[in-house]
Amino acid sequence: MIIKILGSGCTNCVNLERVTRQAVADLGIDAQFEKVTDYPAIIGYDVMSTPGLVVDEKVVLSGRVPTVAKVRDLLESLTSIST
Amino acid sequence: MSLAERLRPTTPTRRWVGVGAAALGWLALYEVNLPLWNWVVYDLAGLSPASRLGSGVQFFFYDSIKIALLLIGIIFLVTVLRSFMSVERTRALLGGKREGVGNVMAAGLGVITPFCSCSAVPAFIGFVAAGVPLGVTLSFLIASPLVNEVAIGLLFAMFGIGPTLLYVGAGLVIAVVAGFILGRLKLERWVEPFVFETRLGGQVIDPSAGLTWDDRIQMGVEEVGLILRKIWPYLLVGIALGAVIHGWAPADFFTRYAGAGNPFAVLIAVLIGIPLYSNAAGIMPLVLALHDKGLPMGTLLAFMMAVVALSLPELILLRRVLKPPLIATFVAVTGAGIVAVGYLFNAVIPV
Repeated sequence: MIIKILGSGCTNCVNLERVTRQAVADLGIDAQFEKVTDYPAIIGYDVMSTPGLVVDEKVVLSGRVPTVAKVRDLLESLTSIST
Repeated sequence: MSLAERLRPTTPTRRWVGVGAAALGWLALYEVNLPLWNWVVYDLAGLSPASRLGSGVQFFFYDSIKIALLLIGIIFLVTVLRSFMSVERTRALLGGKREGVGNVMAAGLGVITPFCSCSAVPAFIGFVAAGVPLGVTLSFLIASPLVNEVAIGLLFAMFGIGPTLLYVGAGLVIAVVAGFILGRLKLERWVEPFVFETRLGGQVIDPSAGLTWDDRIQMGVEEVGLILRKIWPYLLVGIALGAVIHGWAPADFFTRYAGAGNPFAVLIAVLIGIPLYSNAAGIMPLVLALHDKGLPMGTLLAFMMAVVALSLPELILLRRVLKPPLIATFVAVTGAGIVAVGYLFNAVIPV
Protein backbone atom coordinates (compact mmCIF):
# COMPACT_ATOMS: atom_id res chain seq x y z
CA MET A 1 0.00 0.00 0.00
CA ILE A 2 1.43 3.34 -1.02
CA ILE A 3 0.14 6.23 1.06
CA LYS A 4 0.70 9.79 -0.04
CA ILE A 5 0.15 12.85 2.14
CA LEU A 6 -0.70 15.91 0.06
CA GLY A 7 0.18 19.27 1.51
CA SER A 8 2.90 21.86 1.77
CA GLY A 9 3.94 21.45 5.36
CA CYS A 10 1.33 23.23 7.42
CA THR A 11 0.39 21.67 10.74
CA ASN A 12 -2.68 19.94 9.26
CA CYS A 13 -0.51 17.91 6.91
CA VAL A 14 1.80 16.93 9.74
CA ASN A 15 -1.18 15.84 11.84
CA LEU A 16 -2.71 13.89 8.98
CA GLU A 17 0.51 11.93 8.57
CA ARG A 18 0.68 11.25 12.31
CA VAL A 19 -2.93 10.05 12.42
CA THR A 20 -2.48 7.89 9.32
CA ARG A 21 0.72 6.31 10.62
CA GLN A 22 -1.13 5.45 13.82
CA ALA A 23 -3.99 3.87 11.91
CA VAL A 24 -1.57 1.89 9.75
CA ALA A 25 0.27 0.66 12.85
CA ASP A 26 -3.02 -0.31 14.52
CA LEU A 27 -4.07 -2.36 11.51
CA GLY A 28 -0.66 -3.89 10.99
CA ILE A 29 -0.63 -2.90 7.32
CA ASP A 30 2.61 -2.72 5.43
CA ALA A 31 2.56 0.77 3.93
CA GLN A 32 5.01 3.15 2.32
CA PHE A 33 4.58 6.85 3.05
CA GLU A 34 5.29 9.69 0.67
CA LYS A 35 4.86 13.44 1.13
CA VAL A 36 3.71 15.44 -1.87
CA THR A 37 4.42 19.15 -1.49
CA ASP A 38 4.59 20.23 -5.11
CA TYR A 39 1.42 22.15 -6.02
CA PRO A 40 1.03 20.97 -9.62
CA ALA A 41 1.26 17.40 -8.33
CA ILE A 42 -1.32 18.07 -5.60
CA ILE A 43 -3.77 19.59 -8.03
CA GLY A 44 -3.17 16.64 -10.32
CA TYR A 45 -5.18 14.65 -7.78
CA ASP A 46 -7.81 17.41 -7.90
CA VAL A 47 -7.30 18.18 -4.24
CA MET A 48 -8.08 21.80 -3.48
CA SER A 49 -8.07 21.85 0.29
CA THR A 50 -4.96 20.45 1.86
CA PRO A 51 -4.23 18.16 3.57
CA GLY A 52 -5.08 15.30 1.28
CA LEU A 53 -4.78 11.55 1.76
CA VAL A 54 -4.07 9.39 -1.27
CA VAL A 55 -3.94 5.58 -1.00
CA ASP A 56 -2.66 3.59 -3.96
CA GLU A 57 -3.31 6.59 -6.25
CA LYS A 58 -6.89 7.03 -5.06
CA VAL A 59 -7.88 10.19 -3.16
CA VAL A 60 -9.72 9.09 -0.03
CA LEU A 61 -9.89 12.28 1.98
CA SER A 62 -9.16 15.97 1.77
CA GLY A 63 -9.65 19.21 3.64
CA ARG A 64 -9.38 18.13 7.25
CA VAL A 65 -7.60 15.91 9.72
CA PRO A 66 -9.84 12.95 10.62
CA THR A 67 -9.77 10.77 13.70
CA VAL A 68 -7.50 7.73 13.81
CA ALA A 69 -10.66 5.62 13.88
CA LYS A 70 -11.92 7.16 10.67
CA VAL A 71 -8.65 6.55 8.87
CA ARG A 72 -8.69 2.96 10.14
CA ASP A 73 -12.20 2.47 8.72
CA LEU A 74 -11.13 3.96 5.40
CA LEU A 75 -8.05 1.78 5.15
CA GLU A 76 -9.94 -1.33 6.19
CA SER A 77 -12.60 -0.86 3.55
CA LEU A 78 -9.86 -0.35 0.94
CA THR A 79 -7.95 -3.48 1.86
CA SER A 80 -11.08 -5.63 1.94
CA ILE A 81 -12.05 -4.47 -1.54
CA SER A 82 -8.67 -5.36 -3.00
CA THR A 83 -8.47 -8.85 -1.42
CA MET B 1 -6.63 9.75 21.34
CA SER B 2 -7.08 13.50 21.42
CA LEU B 3 -9.36 15.13 23.95
CA ALA B 4 -11.95 15.75 21.28
CA GLU B 5 -11.94 12.06 20.30
CA ARG B 6 -12.25 10.97 23.91
CA LEU B 7 -15.26 13.20 24.46
CA ARG B 8 -17.21 11.80 21.52
CA PRO B 9 -20.75 10.99 22.70
CA THR B 10 -22.18 7.55 22.09
CA THR B 11 -25.83 8.43 21.70
CA PRO B 12 -27.71 11.41 20.23
CA THR B 13 -29.16 12.25 23.64
CA ARG B 14 -25.71 12.44 25.20
CA ARG B 15 -24.54 14.55 22.31
CA TRP B 16 -27.19 17.22 22.66
CA VAL B 17 -27.13 17.16 26.45
CA GLY B 18 -23.38 17.67 26.24
CA VAL B 19 -23.75 20.58 23.85
CA GLY B 20 -26.50 22.12 26.01
CA ALA B 21 -24.46 21.79 29.18
CA ALA B 22 -21.45 23.39 27.47
CA ALA B 23 -23.61 26.30 26.29
CA LEU B 24 -24.97 26.90 29.79
CA GLY B 25 -21.49 26.72 31.28
CA TRP B 26 -20.31 29.24 28.71
CA LEU B 27 -23.12 31.67 29.53
CA ALA B 28 -22.42 31.39 33.24
CA LEU B 29 -18.73 32.16 32.76
CA TYR B 30 -19.55 35.09 30.48
CA GLU B 31 -21.94 36.68 32.97
CA VAL B 32 -19.69 36.21 35.97
CA ASN B 33 -16.58 37.58 34.24
CA LEU B 34 -17.04 41.31 34.84
CA PRO B 35 -18.20 41.13 38.49
CA LEU B 36 -15.39 38.67 39.18
CA TRP B 37 -12.58 40.89 37.99
CA ASN B 38 -14.12 44.03 39.46
CA TRP B 39 -14.09 42.22 42.81
CA VAL B 40 -10.57 40.82 42.42
CA VAL B 41 -8.89 44.00 41.19
CA TYR B 42 -10.82 46.66 43.09
CA ASP B 43 -11.89 44.89 46.29
CA LEU B 44 -9.31 42.16 46.85
CA ALA B 45 -6.23 43.91 45.51
CA GLY B 46 -7.48 47.34 46.50
CA LEU B 47 -6.70 49.13 43.27
CA SER B 48 -8.78 52.16 42.44
CA PRO B 49 -10.99 52.16 39.35
CA ALA B 50 -10.07 55.80 38.83
CA SER B 51 -6.37 55.03 38.77
CA ARG B 52 -4.54 54.12 35.59
CA LEU B 53 -3.07 50.97 37.07
CA GLY B 54 -6.43 49.85 38.41
CA SER B 55 -8.40 50.36 35.24
CA GLY B 56 -5.58 49.01 33.07
CA VAL B 57 -5.21 45.80 35.07
CA GLN B 58 -8.95 45.24 35.25
CA PHE B 59 -9.26 45.78 31.50
CA PHE B 60 -6.48 43.26 30.85
CA PHE B 61 -8.00 40.40 32.82
CA TYR B 62 -11.64 41.11 32.06
CA ASP B 63 -10.98 41.50 28.37
CA SER B 64 -8.73 38.45 28.07
CA ILE B 65 -11.40 36.19 29.51
CA LYS B 66 -14.23 37.88 27.62
CA ILE B 67 -12.45 37.61 24.29
CA ALA B 68 -11.38 34.04 24.97
CA LEU B 69 -14.98 33.09 25.72
CA LEU B 70 -16.29 34.90 22.65
CA LEU B 71 -13.71 33.23 20.46
CA ILE B 72 -14.59 29.80 21.80
CA GLY B 73 -18.27 30.36 21.11
CA ILE B 74 -17.83 31.91 17.68
CA ILE B 75 -15.19 29.52 16.39
CA PHE B 76 -17.22 26.50 17.49
CA LEU B 77 -20.46 27.75 15.91
CA VAL B 78 -18.84 28.93 12.69
CA THR B 79 -16.88 25.70 12.24
CA VAL B 80 -19.99 23.58 12.68
CA LEU B 81 -21.98 25.74 10.26
CA ARG B 82 -19.18 25.83 7.73
CA SER B 83 -18.82 22.07 7.80
CA PHE B 84 -21.80 22.06 5.46
CA MET B 85 -19.81 23.91 2.80
CA SER B 86 -16.58 23.12 1.04
CA VAL B 87 -14.23 24.62 -1.52
CA GLU B 88 -15.23 21.80 -3.91
CA ARG B 89 -18.91 22.75 -3.69
CA THR B 90 -18.06 26.41 -4.16
CA ARG B 91 -16.10 25.60 -7.28
CA ALA B 92 -18.99 23.59 -8.66
CA LEU B 93 -21.28 26.55 -8.03
CA LEU B 94 -18.90 29.06 -9.61
CA GLY B 95 -17.76 27.09 -12.64
CA GLY B 96 -18.84 28.79 -15.83
CA LYS B 97 -20.40 31.83 -14.16
CA ARG B 98 -19.45 35.01 -15.93
CA GLU B 99 -17.96 38.05 -14.29
CA GLY B 100 -20.38 40.31 -12.44
CA VAL B 101 -22.74 37.64 -11.16
CA GLY B 102 -19.74 35.39 -10.58
CA ASN B 103 -17.95 38.03 -8.52
CA VAL B 104 -20.97 38.51 -6.27
CA MET B 105 -21.42 34.76 -5.75
CA ALA B 106 -17.71 34.25 -5.21
CA ALA B 107 -17.60 36.95 -2.53
CA GLY B 108 -20.59 35.52 -0.69
CA LEU B 109 -19.22 32.00 -0.93
CA GLY B 110 -15.82 33.24 0.20
CA VAL B 111 -17.36 34.27 3.49
CA ILE B 112 -19.12 30.98 4.25
CA THR B 113 -16.69 28.44 2.81
CA PRO B 114 -14.16 26.98 5.21
CA PHE B 115 -10.85 27.96 3.78
CA CYS B 116 -7.36 27.81 5.14
CA SER B 117 -4.78 30.22 3.75
CA CYS B 118 -2.46 27.26 3.27
CA SER B 119 -4.91 26.00 0.66
CA ALA B 120 -4.89 29.29 -1.23
CA VAL B 121 -2.64 27.92 -3.94
CA PRO B 122 -4.36 24.60 -4.69
CA ALA B 123 -7.72 26.33 -4.45
CA PHE B 124 -6.61 29.02 -6.90
CA ILE B 125 -5.30 26.45 -9.38
CA GLY B 126 -8.39 24.32 -8.92
CA PHE B 127 -10.75 27.21 -9.60
CA VAL B 128 -8.91 28.55 -12.64
CA ALA B 129 -8.32 25.11 -14.13
CA ALA B 130 -12.04 24.39 -13.78
CA GLY B 131 -12.95 27.46 -15.78
CA VAL B 132 -13.75 29.95 -13.05
CA PRO B 133 -12.67 33.39 -14.41
CA LEU B 134 -9.59 34.94 -12.81
CA GLY B 135 -11.47 37.95 -11.42
CA VAL B 136 -14.14 35.73 -9.87
CA THR B 137 -11.46 33.56 -8.25
CA LEU B 138 -9.83 36.69 -6.84
CA SER B 139 -13.17 37.88 -5.41
CA PHE B 140 -13.26 34.62 -3.50
CA LEU B 141 -9.67 34.98 -2.33
CA ILE B 142 -10.30 38.54 -1.14
CA ALA B 143 -13.61 37.90 0.61
CA SER B 144 -12.43 34.85 2.48
CA PRO B 145 -9.89 36.47 4.80
CA LEU B 146 -11.46 39.95 4.63
CA VAL B 147 -14.82 39.02 6.08
CA ASN B 148 -13.49 37.07 9.00
CA GLU B 149 -15.93 35.27 11.27
CA VAL B 150 -13.89 35.97 14.35
CA ALA B 151 -13.93 39.68 13.52
CA ILE B 152 -17.69 39.56 12.96
CA GLY B 153 -18.36 37.97 16.31
CA LEU B 154 -16.05 40.27 18.22
CA LEU B 155 -17.34 43.40 16.48
CA PHE B 156 -20.89 42.36 17.26
CA ALA B 157 -20.09 41.72 20.90
CA MET B 158 -18.19 44.94 21.35
CA PHE B 159 -19.98 47.41 19.12
CA GLY B 160 -23.36 45.93 18.28
CA ILE B 161 -25.11 45.05 15.05
CA GLY B 162 -24.48 48.36 13.22
CA PRO B 163 -20.70 48.24 12.80
CA THR B 164 -20.91 44.49 12.23
CA LEU B 165 -23.26 44.85 9.26
CA LEU B 166 -21.13 47.68 7.92
CA TYR B 167 -18.07 45.47 8.13
CA VAL B 168 -19.68 42.53 6.35
CA GLY B 169 -21.27 44.75 3.71
CA ALA B 170 -18.07 46.67 3.09
CA GLY B 171 -16.02 43.50 2.90
CA LEU B 172 -18.36 41.95 0.35
CA VAL B 173 -18.48 45.09 -1.79
CA ILE B 174 -14.68 45.40 -1.76
CA ALA B 175 -14.31 41.75 -2.74
CA VAL B 176 -16.83 42.04 -5.58
CA VAL B 177 -15.53 45.34 -6.99
CA ALA B 178 -11.83 44.55 -6.60
CA GLY B 179 -12.26 41.11 -8.15
CA PHE B 180 -14.30 42.57 -10.99
CA ILE B 181 -11.74 45.30 -11.70
CA LEU B 182 -8.87 42.81 -11.58
CA GLY B 183 -10.78 40.55 -13.96
CA ARG B 184 -11.44 43.38 -16.39
CA LEU B 185 -7.76 44.33 -16.40
CA LYS B 186 -7.13 41.01 -18.14
CA LEU B 187 -4.16 40.07 -16.02
CA GLU B 188 -3.99 36.45 -17.13
CA ARG B 189 -0.49 37.06 -18.51
CA TRP B 190 0.68 37.48 -14.92
CA VAL B 191 -0.53 34.12 -13.77
CA GLU B 192 2.10 31.39 -13.82
CA PRO B 193 1.51 29.47 -17.09
CA PHE B 194 1.37 26.03 -15.50
CA VAL B 195 -1.94 26.98 -13.87
CA PHE B 196 -3.71 27.16 -17.21
CA GLU B 197 -2.06 23.97 -18.39
CA THR B 198 -3.26 21.98 -15.40
CA ARG B 199 -5.55 19.11 -16.21
CA LEU B 200 -7.81 18.13 -13.35
CA GLY B 201 -7.69 14.54 -12.11
CA GLY B 202 -11.42 14.07 -12.05
CA GLN B 203 -11.93 12.26 -8.77
CA VAL B 204 -13.28 15.05 -6.61
CA ILE B 205 -13.77 14.32 -2.96
CA ASP B 206 -16.11 16.70 -1.17
CA PRO B 207 -15.03 17.07 2.47
CA SER B 208 -18.47 18.34 3.44
CA ALA B 209 -20.25 15.18 2.31
CA GLY B 210 -20.96 12.31 4.67
CA LEU B 211 -20.29 14.13 7.93
CA THR B 212 -22.31 13.17 10.99
CA TRP B 213 -23.31 15.62 13.74
CA ASP B 214 -20.69 14.04 15.97
CA ASP B 215 -18.10 14.71 13.25
CA ARG B 216 -19.18 18.33 12.98
CA ILE B 217 -19.15 18.91 16.72
CA GLN B 218 -15.76 17.28 17.02
CA MET B 219 -14.43 19.48 14.23
CA GLY B 220 -15.77 22.50 16.11
CA VAL B 221 -14.05 21.50 19.33
CA GLU B 222 -10.78 20.75 17.56
CA GLU B 223 -10.84 24.01 15.66
CA VAL B 224 -11.32 25.96 18.90
CA GLY B 225 -8.26 24.29 20.37
CA LEU B 226 -6.23 24.79 17.22
CA ILE B 227 -7.01 28.47 16.79
CA LEU B 228 -6.62 29.36 20.46
CA ARG B 229 -3.27 27.59 20.60
CA LYS B 230 -2.17 29.49 17.53
CA ILE B 231 -3.30 33.00 18.44
CA TRP B 232 -3.00 33.32 22.19
CA PRO B 233 0.30 35.26 22.01
CA TYR B 234 -1.21 37.75 19.57
CA LEU B 235 -4.25 38.02 21.77
CA LEU B 236 -2.31 38.77 24.92
CA VAL B 237 -0.13 41.35 23.19
CA GLY B 238 -3.21 42.99 21.68
CA ILE B 239 -4.98 43.06 25.02
CA ALA B 240 -1.91 44.34 26.83
CA LEU B 241 -1.58 47.16 24.29
CA GLY B 242 -5.28 47.86 24.64
CA ALA B 243 -4.95 47.91 28.42
CA VAL B 244 -2.05 50.34 28.25
CA ILE B 245 -3.97 52.65 25.96
CA HIS B 246 -7.06 52.28 28.08
CA GLY B 247 -5.28 53.13 31.28
CA TRP B 248 -2.46 55.43 30.28
CA ALA B 249 -3.05 57.27 27.03
CA PRO B 250 -4.40 60.77 27.53
CA ALA B 251 -7.98 61.11 26.37
CA ASP B 252 -7.29 63.23 23.32
CA PHE B 253 -3.89 61.82 22.33
CA PHE B 254 -5.14 59.82 19.40
CA THR B 255 -7.88 62.10 18.25
CA ARG B 256 -5.34 64.88 17.89
CA TYR B 257 -3.34 62.82 15.42
CA ALA B 258 -5.74 60.31 13.94
CA GLY B 259 -9.17 61.61 14.77
CA ALA B 260 -11.88 62.92 12.55
CA GLY B 261 -9.94 66.11 11.98
CA ASN B 262 -7.05 64.45 10.15
CA PRO B 263 -7.88 63.83 6.48
CA PHE B 264 -5.01 61.37 6.08
CA ALA B 265 -5.99 59.24 9.06
CA VAL B 266 -7.66 56.46 7.04
CA LEU B 267 -4.85 56.30 4.51
CA ILE B 268 -2.22 56.08 7.25
CA ALA B 269 -4.22 53.50 9.15
CA VAL B 270 -4.49 51.27 6.07
CA LEU B 271 -0.83 51.69 5.13
CA ILE B 272 0.16 50.65 8.64
CA GLY B 273 -2.34 47.81 8.63
CA ILE B 274 -1.37 46.10 5.39
CA PRO B 275 2.08 44.83 6.40
CA LEU B 276 0.95 43.99 9.91
CA TYR B 277 0.35 40.32 10.44
CA SER B 278 -2.18 39.58 13.07
CA ASN B 279 -5.50 37.92 13.24
CA ALA B 280 -8.79 39.55 14.04
CA ALA B 281 -8.71 38.48 17.68
CA GLY B 282 -5.38 40.11 18.38
CA ILE B 283 -6.36 43.39 16.73
CA MET B 284 -9.79 43.72 18.33
CA PRO B 285 -8.73 44.78 21.85
CA LEU B 286 -6.59 47.47 20.25
CA VAL B 287 -9.55 48.61 18.16
CA LEU B 288 -11.77 48.73 21.22
CA ALA B 289 -9.31 50.79 23.24
CA LEU B 290 -8.69 53.20 20.35
CA HIS B 291 -12.42 53.62 19.87
CA ASP B 292 -12.78 54.46 23.54
CA LYS B 293 -10.18 57.14 22.97
CA GLY B 294 -12.25 58.71 20.25
CA LEU B 295 -10.97 57.31 16.96
CA PRO B 296 -13.74 57.23 14.35
CA MET B 297 -15.31 53.89 13.45
CA GLY B 298 -14.46 54.23 9.75
CA THR B 299 -10.75 54.61 10.44
CA LEU B 300 -10.79 51.68 12.85
CA LEU B 301 -12.69 49.36 10.52
CA ALA B 302 -10.32 50.26 7.68
CA PHE B 303 -7.34 49.51 9.90
CA MET B 304 -8.77 46.17 10.97
CA MET B 305 -9.63 45.15 7.42
CA ALA B 306 -6.18 46.10 6.17
CA VAL B 307 -4.60 43.91 8.85
CA VAL B 308 -6.71 40.80 8.27
CA ALA B 309 -7.36 40.96 4.53
CA LEU B 310 -3.81 40.96 3.29
CA SER B 311 -1.40 38.69 5.08
CA LEU B 312 2.23 38.40 4.13
CA PRO B 313 2.32 34.59 4.50
CA GLU B 314 -0.60 34.18 2.13
CA LEU B 315 0.95 36.58 -0.39
CA ILE B 316 4.23 34.67 -0.24
CA LEU B 317 2.33 31.44 -0.91
CA LEU B 318 0.46 33.01 -3.80
CA ARG B 319 3.80 33.87 -5.41
CA ARG B 320 3.81 30.25 -6.61
CA VAL B 321 0.91 30.99 -8.92
CA LEU B 322 0.82 34.77 -9.32
CA LYS B 323 3.65 36.87 -10.70
CA PRO B 324 4.73 39.93 -8.67
CA PRO B 325 2.90 42.51 -10.85
CA LEU B 326 -0.37 40.71 -10.23
CA ILE B 327 0.29 40.38 -6.52
CA ALA B 328 1.12 44.12 -6.37
CA THR B 329 -2.06 45.01 -8.29
CA PHE B 330 -4.04 42.70 -6.04
CA VAL B 331 -2.72 44.43 -2.91
CA ALA B 332 -3.18 47.90 -4.41
CA VAL B 333 -6.77 47.40 -5.55
CA THR B 334 -7.84 45.73 -2.31
CA GLY B 335 -6.03 48.38 -0.26
CA ALA B 336 -7.68 51.16 -2.26
CA GLY B 337 -11.06 49.59 -1.66
CA ILE B 338 -10.45 49.47 2.07
CA VAL B 339 -9.32 53.12 2.12
CA ALA B 340 -12.43 54.16 0.19
CA VAL B 341 -14.64 52.30 2.63
CA GLY B 342 -12.86 53.94 5.57
CA TYR B 343 -13.49 57.44 4.25
CA LEU B 344 -17.05 56.60 3.35
CA PHE B 345 -17.85 55.32 6.82
CA ASN B 346 -16.18 58.30 8.46
CA ALA B 347 -18.39 60.54 6.36
CA VAL B 348 -21.64 58.80 7.22
CA ILE B 349 -21.16 57.59 10.78
CA PRO B 350 -21.37 60.18 13.53
CA VAL B 351 -18.34 59.89 15.83
